[in-house]
Amino acid sequence: MKVLILGAGQVGSSAAYHLSREEANEVTVVDVSPDILRELQDRLDIRTVVGHAAYPDVLNRAGANDADIVVALTDSDETNMVACQVAYTLFHTPTKIARIRSADYMNAKDLFTQDAIPIDVRISPEQLVCDYIEKLILYPGTSQVLDCADGRVQLVGAKADRDGLLVGQRIATLREHIPNTEGRIAAIYRNGKSLAVEGDTIIQEGDEVFFIADRKDIRVFMSEMRRLEDPVRRVVIAGGGNIGSRLAKALEQTNQVKIIERDSVRARYISEQLNKAIVLVGDAADEELLLEENIDNVDVFCALTNSEEANILSSMLAKRLGAHKVMALINRASYVDLMEAGSIDVAISPQQVTIGSLLAHVRRGDVVKVHSLRHGAAEAIEAVAHGNRDESKVVGRKIEEINLPKGAAIAALVRDGRVIIAHHDTEIETDDHVILFLTDRRKIEYLEQLFQVGVSFV
Amino acid sequence: MNWTVVQRILGLLLMMFSVTMLPPIIVSMIFDEQSWLPFVEGFALTLFAGLITWFPVRKLRKELRLRDGFVVVAAFWTVLGTFGAAPLYFADEITLSVTDAVFESMSGLTTTGATILTGLDALPRSILYYRQQLQWLGGMGIIVLAVAVLPMLGVGGMQLYRAETPGPVKDTKLTPRITETAKALWYVYLAFTIACTVAYMIAGMGWFDAICHAFSTVAIGGFSTHDMSIGYFDSPAIDVVAIIFMFAAGINFSLHFYAWRFVSIRHYAQDPEFRAYTAFLITISALVVAILFQQQHYANPGQTLINGLFQAVSIATTTGYTTANFSAWPAALPVVLILASFVGGSAGSTAGGIKVIRWLLIYKQGMREIVRLVHPSAEIPVKLGNKAVQYRVVDAVWGFFSVYVVVFAVLMVAMMSTGLDQVTAFSAMAATLNNLGPGLGDVASGFQTVSDIGKWIAIVGMLLGRLEIFTLLVLITPTFWRH
Repeated sequence: MKVLILGAGQVGSSAAYHLSREEANEVTVVDVSPDILRELQDRLDIRTVVGHAAYPDVLNRAGANDADIVVALTDSDETNMVACQVAYTLFHTPTKIARIRSADYMNAKDLFTQDAIPIDVRISPEQLVCDYIEKLILYPGTSQVLDCADGRVQLVGAKADRDGLLVGQRIATLREHIPNTEGRIAAIYRNGKSLAVEGDTIIQEGDEVFFIADRKDIRVFMSEMRRLEDPVRRVVIAGGGNIGSRLAKALEQTNQVKIIERDSVRARYISEQLNKAIVLVGDAADEELLLEENIDNVDVFCALTNSEEANILSSMLAKRLGAHKVMALINRASYVDLMEAGSIDVAISPQQVTIGSLLAHVRRGDVVKVHSLRHGAAEAIEAVAHGNRDESKVVGRKIEEINLPKGAAIAALVRDGRVIIAHHDTEIETDDHVILFLTDRRKIEYLEQLFQVGVSFV
Repeated sequence: MNWTVVQRILGLLLMMFSVTMLPPIIVSMIFDEQSWLPFVEGFALTLFAGLITWFPVRKLRKELRLRDGFVVVAAFWTVLGTFGAAPLYFADEITLSVTDAVFESMSGLTTTGATILTGLDALPRSILYYRQQLQWLGGMGIIVLAVAVLPMLGVGGMQLYRAETPGPVKDTKLTPRITETAKALWYVYLAFTIACTVAYMIAGMGWFDAICHAFSTVAIGGFSTHDMSIGYFDSPAIDVVAIIFMFAAGINFSLHFYAWRFVSIRHYAQDPEFRAYTAFLITISALVVAILFQQQHYANPGQTLINGLFQAVSIATTTGYTTANFSAWPAALPVVLILASFVGGSAGSTAGGIKVIRWLLIYKQGMREIVRLVHPSAEIPVKLGNKAVQYRVVDAVWGFFSVYVVVFAVLMVAMMSTGLDQVTAFSAMAATLNNLGPGLGDVASGFQTVSDIGKWIAIVGMLLGRLEIFTLLVLITPTFWRH
């Protein structure tokens, strides 16, 4: 697939990184800064073009003529929209994905039609990150919550602690603990390595467990993994940027939200947008301010400013001052690894969140969706089986008959919104959502082919 | 430094290269010669050496870093020059010392075309073919070939590609994937070789000579299967074919690629380097022909024209074919031609020399200084076509130029200290560092009379010239090895 990425910012660079690792893709990146591009080309096997991303001549030089997909990820919404328009009108690019930050544009759905601004998929990183954090707050104790089968079922990651009911016991006893729920454990990671999930596998303290369950059963499952935390009530958000203010807006009806913003003008603006949340003007790393606002009673402290270093420091401070749980927005993967072992409970990587969602759209149609787990160390793939036994390589076959690549394992099936445990003799039906875990991303292409309804395959 | 990665790739490359010793065996079978044994020995030796290098680290999977790329390329060219010498050393028909065999092999691979052999016409065809093939492989670059056929190099491929390809700007890829770029270049190269072979045959060469000369023409090498080089054929038609293909091979191959991809020749006319290259060749040719006319060196005007043109293109593109003994030409002509070889071909071509684009940038900088004197506060970027050139590139050109001059001077003095006179030493260094081939004075027809130490200096010069100095030079700097 020929992919054209416009903008080599954080999201653009990591999209280029992920896509160029797959052999079938030919990636070209456009940016105005030759320095960033040179640095990027040193690391990745891609072509780079210097220039303004929306200019027809630049797009032409970047090979828009035969590109299959354009992903516009520049800083500016307007540039992204015009670039997609140019790609559509002049180069007839089939798929156009753009990052649209402004909620105003996002809300105007009629704007993005083929005869107005032809963008097929709009991605708002702020919104994605906001949703992601919201879910983590909604299900306390989880480290990752992903929607499967259009949100009917969820894939949840959590770290097992000694208070979990299942910890120290065989997985097979899960049935006895919670007899009336659908769901299963999909993967276990111990010390960064994945374990085979068998009936007699024993979960230990510190394991990272991924399970698939119905939305309503998640709390029950969580209690199996760790001590059940009380629902979150008091939330403090540090940083009133796009993500912070959106999150405050999303949470203010159900929780007590305080938001700390350094800039008084911005603070005033946010306070006008919010109804119940309290907007505080000040520094999130100001000990006095935090104490005054009863930081020791706060259930969740989210550091969401633009500076990741500031996020790390202020959330460490909040933790020391007594906040029950702290989350920080951290972009660099190396920082994430550094912090999650230490005093920060959840490190949120906006890049990772955005990339996961972006890549899911880059894939062909609805066949395969990719979720990055554990900051990219593994992938959860959700593939929809189509067709009948003759057309498909998976439908009508037992799981043991399917020719899976090395490092891939089918974890569960979702059929009509219900989770079905994948035994070796479970037969896959059409329209099943098959959830696979994959350790080697390069095998994705193979999986794509596996789930494609092939005319050539008889 | 990642020695194991370097080792693995070196082993793989050696094994790959060993295969190139098989075609001469076929040639010797076709002509029913008994000279196949050295190639079998060479093949076995190279394959075995590659195998023992590769085997212990075969399972290793690591990315090649920028630094490793330099080491791989430099080491591979050095090692290859040595292993490539094996069949020549083993051959019974010629008795070569190790020095001579390595010289001949390196001269082939680096597309220099200087030889220490005489009596080529009497040699077995398989050996002649092998020499030409070495040039052909070295022309587009053996590493580029490896990147094309070994897809597992990945990003590392880019590091290797950059360390081998000539020219100041190496980041422009023809396609997003480096493997595809390398393949595209080799396809264009192959197409030119076939076209050149056919053209030579139409012009009257036998098929064997046609293939052999096509190899060394598109590689801008200069080896021939005859002592008298192209002059042996004494055919204006063949001269013209050679001129056309030498000219084409001195153009940046990405232009050829675009021409082929978009079926248009517009790109040529728009490329500033191509225009400068063409203008330069026309000027040199006109100058040479005019002086030959004026001096009445040849009785026949047709002969003057064809010889002048041929020699000007051959030397200025650093091919090094001869139809006439230009070192005996009147006035300043021999020196003018040798100096022309310093310009060489375009970046991204198979030619040697400093490359037209660098001279163009240096010239534009000079012009800029003049404008600056008149308008002291003007902001004047150096432009190529209508695009401003990045400062980094301009700086790199100056860096390259100064190092080239220093390396040249040092090697020339070293050459003189082995007992050569100044004209010979100067032209010998120009002939090797620019990958030209023939020189003046004692090295006008070959390096037979040069001492062993002199030959080694020449070998170093050829390698430095082919890898554009820096790739080799970084390896002897402390900065490179400091962690």
